[in-house]
Amino acid sequence: MPAKRNAASPASAPAASTTAPLSSGPATLKTNSSITDIAIHRILLLDAFMAFLVLVGGVQFLYCVVAGNYPFNAFLSGFSAAVGQFVLTASLRMQTSDTGATSSKPSSKGKNARFAEDEQDTGISHERAFADYIFGSLILHFFCINFIN
Amino acid sequence: MAEPSSLDVLLKGSSGRNTRGLLRIVILLTVAAAAVASRLFSVIRFESIIHEFDPWFNFRATKYLVENGFYSFWDWFDDRTWHPLGRVTGGTLYPGLMVTSGVIWHVLRLLTIPVDIRNVCVMLAPGFSGLTALAMYLLTCEMSTSPSAGLLAAAFMGIAPGYISRSVAGSYDNEAIAIFLMVFTFYLWIKAVKNGSIMWGALTALFYGYMVSAWGGYVFITNIIPLHVFVLLCMGRYSSRAYIAYTTWYALGTLGSMQIPFVGFLPIRNSDHMSALGVFGLIQLVAFAEFVRGFLPGKQFQRLLTSMVLLTFGIGFAGLVLLTVSGVVAPWSGRFYSLWDTGYAKIHIPIIASVSEHQPTAWPAFFFDLNFLIWLFPAGVFMCFQSLKDEHVFVIIYAVLSSYFAGVMVRLMLTLTPIVCVAAAMALSAVLDNFLTLGKPTPPSKVNADGSKFFGSGKGPMVGIYSSISKLFVSGTITLYLLIFVAHCTWVTSNAYSSPSVVLASRMPDGSQFIIDDYREAYYWLRQNTPDNAKIMSWWDYGYQIGGMADRPTLVDNNTWNNTHIATVGKAMSSREEVSYPILRQHDVDYVLVVFGGLLGYSGDDLNKFLWMVRIAEGIWPDEVKERDFFTSRGEYRVDEEATPTMRNSLMYKMSYYNYQSLFPAGQAVDRVRGVKLPAEGPQLNTLEEAFTSENWIIRIFKVKDLDNFGRDHSNVVAFDKGLKKKRATKKKGPRVLRTE
Repeated sequence: MPAKRNAASPASAPAASTTAPLSSGPATLKTNSSITDIAIHRILLLDAFMAFLVLVGGVQFLYCVVAGNYPFNAFLSGFSAAVGQFVLTASLRMQTSDTGATSSKPSSKGKNARFAEDEQDTGISHERAFADYIFGSLILHFFCINFIN
Repeated sequence: MAEPSSLDVLLKGSSGRNTRGLLRIVILLTVAAAAVASRLFSVIRFESIIHEFDPWFNFRATKYLVENGFYSFWDWFDDRTWHPLGRVTGGTLYPGLMVTSGVIWHVLRLLTIPVDIRNVCVMLAPGFSGLTALAMYLLTCEMSTSPSAGLLAAAFMGIAPGYISRSVAGSYDNEAIAIFLMVFTFYLWIKAVKNGSIMWGALTALFYGYMVSAWGGYVFITNIIPLHVFVLLCMGRYSSRAYIAYTTWYALGTLGSMQIPFVGFLPIRNSDHMSALGVFGLIQLVAFAEFVRGFLPGKQFQRLLTSMVLLTFGIGFAGLVLLTVSGVVAPWSGRFYSLWDTGYAKIHIPIIASVSEHQPTAWPAFFFDLNFLIWLFPAGVFMCFQSLKDEHVFVIIYAVLSSYFAGVMVRLMLTLTPIVCVAAAMALSAVLDNFLTLGKPTPPSKVNADGSKFFGSGKGPMVGIYSSISKLFVSGTITLYLLIFVAHCTWVTSNAYSSPSVVLASRMPDGSQFIIDDYREAYYWLRQNTPDNAKIMSWWDYGYQIGGMADRPTLVDNNTWNNTHIATVGKAMSSREEVSYPILRQHDVDYVLVVFGGLLGYSGDDLNKFLWMVRIAEGIWPDEVKERDFFTSRGEYRVDEEATPTMRNSLMYKMSYYNYQSLFPAGQAVDRVRGVKLPAEGPQLNTLEEAFTSENWIIRIFKVKDLDNFGRDHSNVVAFDKGLKKKRATKKKGPRVLRTE
């Protein structure tokens, strides 16, 4: 049981740590050369966080398979906290990398350009995306804590 | 009601933006007011009363919530239903409805508006239907660029009988708030897909969670959103917006739905929810593939992708089948099977088939409930194909699915109505826009171009769609349709859907209204004249009403969670007295309640439902109760002279006709529901005695006799008593014939 608690709680801790570089983004956006630098740094950070979440989820799943799923609520909320946070982070990464530094995957629109034309014109700013991310994470963790029993 | 005003907006298309905004608000408010007002027929005609069956339970639960607070409501174990067993009510209901009205009640109290909780419950459905109209406006505005479409859809939704049928004042059922939540969730979902923002996705999930807490029909949303995404993926329309919207919704919404104790682990255990999980996995793969594609340009990639997707799909499907077979994942629920195979329920789960709202829909019902919307509906769906954006795909999927479901089950007409309103409003607004705003010199659209050709060639009188004659004709026709629609809706609402069914109304020969209030009379008798914990046995239809109005424990009620228990009641009703009496004793039954419409011609009585009792009992005890025995040799269901011995000896038959012939001259007793003459000699009851019969004989209550003091058989006792009575009767003739009440 303690293993799970430990596993679930760090999931939210790094979420806070990502705050610092992101919120400092707009302040340093003035110089042109640092834009790509910061964007890459930011994406790397998100990638690391996502990899960590995969690890956390994997460990919990492994524990569930090996040691049984007795407090099923606890397992579920821990696991879905990891999955949900991963998904949210992936969404944040998409939003920020698309509108930001010339989009890391322009080729993704190659074949379906016909449909994808109007795709990215919603233009969600980084701050808005991050605020949404916080909003989603808050709801997610509220549900998880409520569900953990 | 509201149509002429929405036409006004179209006519004033050239006025300023502010005026139009103001008009729009005014129109929406009018629509909401019309939606509320048209649902008040029953309150005006009868009184502020809770209707039908299920609402009585919701009302009782709400009262419990208001009196005892949220936490004891959450942990409520109800020992006054399902008599020996009880029911874990707090964990087996959808609390959304009760909590909503509880919150409204507390807010009103906080504003020092002292209002009875009953009135909150009665008015909840009309209030929320006003909100539904607003949500409908928002949803349709996402679909169509025309500003009139939203207003039309709101007006349609406000007064469409298909929705009114479940949301008149007093119809305090889960659907009352669930339809609003469903429409609003769809609106948020479309918004999320369009914007690709986490916030809209999270809001969708929140309202989805609310919906889950309110109605079992949430499964419809659980399946239609993944299907939408799946179709988008199949169309090659994967986008980061879809990914963001869907994954956010799924991750948060699933967790949110698991907060409801009744739902619990279902979202990961039940096959009904597996499609959502599958699409969640699929979209992760697709997203990953798209991500990888950014680094790996090449043609082999496409092949790799498809093979990977197919492989994963196959593995996932095989895994699901394996898990289902091994029992980890629960198989599809019975109600679900009955959606695909309409004969399924009749064979396997008679209790589901016995509910009238689970029957397949008769085709006139579509026209009855939707009037001219139903033939505008295909046109609207066709228009969605013309500009096939993501949200239009949603409309098409929703339209196809819900038309099928509405055809299978009457009550799912409720889920069809919103999309019909959307599609019809889109079609109608396109027609109106094209015809009413056509007078401009520079024709902006294709239709106008055609019109101008006409205009140029014909130099004499103006012909074609530019002329005011054609405009007048088209708009006049449509106005006529709209007016007929309003008249139809009002008529249907007032005649078909506004009866509380607790209080019945009929017309006297001179046209004056005659109120039949037998139900409340009988329930009130129970409340006043029986001990507080007297157990009442009745067929399950009346369980909630007895619990709510008479406040007495019941054996079975409309919750139908225990089929065996219901079958026990069915067996007691359909067996001989010698078999039934031990069953009644074992279950501590004090009173038996039957509904009998023979005197008045009330067709919804227990003898007409009797075959279902027999069938359900036969499902559990095929050796002791046989449906065949209740039919004559020619296969007829009869209650007169030719009724089979099994039928005539069944407890239900005896209770229904006990003493009935005493109302008529000898040998003239007539059952007005089944239109037959009854045998001259009425049935004899040994183990029960008549306790109460309501004014019009609709409700009859019998008391279960105690064991005889001398240890005799009940039939012997009755024979003995009769012997005595006969002697006495020879002495004083008159008074025995009169029934004293």
